[in-house]
Amino acid sequence: MAYSDKVLDHYENPRNVGTLDKNDPNVGTGMVGAPACGDVMKLMIKVNDAGIIEDAKFKTYGCGSAIASSSLVTEWLKGKTIDEAYAIKNSAIAEELALPPVKIHCSVLAEDAIKAAVADIKAKQLAKISA
Amino acid sequence: MSSNLSSNLALSLNHFELFSLSPKFDIELATLESNFRKIQSESHPDRFVSASSAEKLQSMQLATLANEAYQTLKNPANRAKYLLELQGIEAISETNTAMPLDFLMQQMEWRESLEDAKAAKDINALENLLREMQQEAKLLQSEIAVLIDQKQDYTSATDATRKLVFIDKVYADINKAIEQLEANL
Repeated sequence: MAYSDKVLDHYENPRNVGTLDKNDPNVGTGMVGAPACGDVMKLMIKVNDAGIIEDAKFKTYGCGSAIASSSLVTEWLKGKTIDEAYAIKNSAIAEELALPPVKIHCSVLAEDAIKAAVADIKAKQLAKISA
Repeated sequence: MSSNLSSNLALSLNHFELFSLSPKFDIELATLESNFRKIQSESHPDRFVSASSAEKLQSMQLATLANEAYQTLKNPANRAKYLLELQGIEAISETNTAMPLDFLMQQMEWRESLEDAKAAKDINALENLLREMQQEAKLLQSEIAVLIDQKQDYTSATDATRKLVFIDKVYADINKAIEQLEANL
């Protein structure tokens, strides 16, 4: 199957691969998996006290489209508030990368990873307040 | 015609019925194999050389169905998926990405070990990993057999099936890595 140029670009030069300190109270982690293809995605975001995402890293084991989707969202996430991040839709990711219908689930995976990371950071913030 | 009638009927059967098996996860693989071969030979094009075009078409449809059914039932993950499908459950939905966190962490670790072993060209490590996956797959399969065949607990069976699909994927990727390393020896 032919990948779009944007997918190939992210696949060959993935941005922001790596991990952040998961024990940092300002770091949220989202882990998701797609049984349809066996892909696993880990997304970590670092949020400052103003609620802005300062850094984002990912680690994805999967096909080119899954890697490109996660690479793209790490670029999008930086500078956004967590609420803006939460509002990112998989359709926007799929459109930007020109994903074919059979690869739409890769963008779903990326959207779900963002939501999971945001949920994690919110849970950490709540824990901080109640502590 | 009677042969017409029977292949017509066969086309409406589910995969288990087609091979005279009860719809269970724990099936007799030898029975599956021999009943598949039987249908294969009965629907072989050589037997329909002088048949009408309708009969030819039907025998071809039956051969195709038998093939698909055999591939589905032979593979444990596919068999589990199919059994759940018969219960109206879509185990592997593309929009459901929630998996138990500890399982995903474990997946990441296996994936990382695979990458490390590949980078180090360490066939031994890959083979150890492969054996680990085989064991994990076996455990899940016996779990699925109990959940579906004995407890009819389809919710837990769905979770276990989703895990099995992941394990199979890692297993296939490890195998691929081993083959690539061996080809370059």
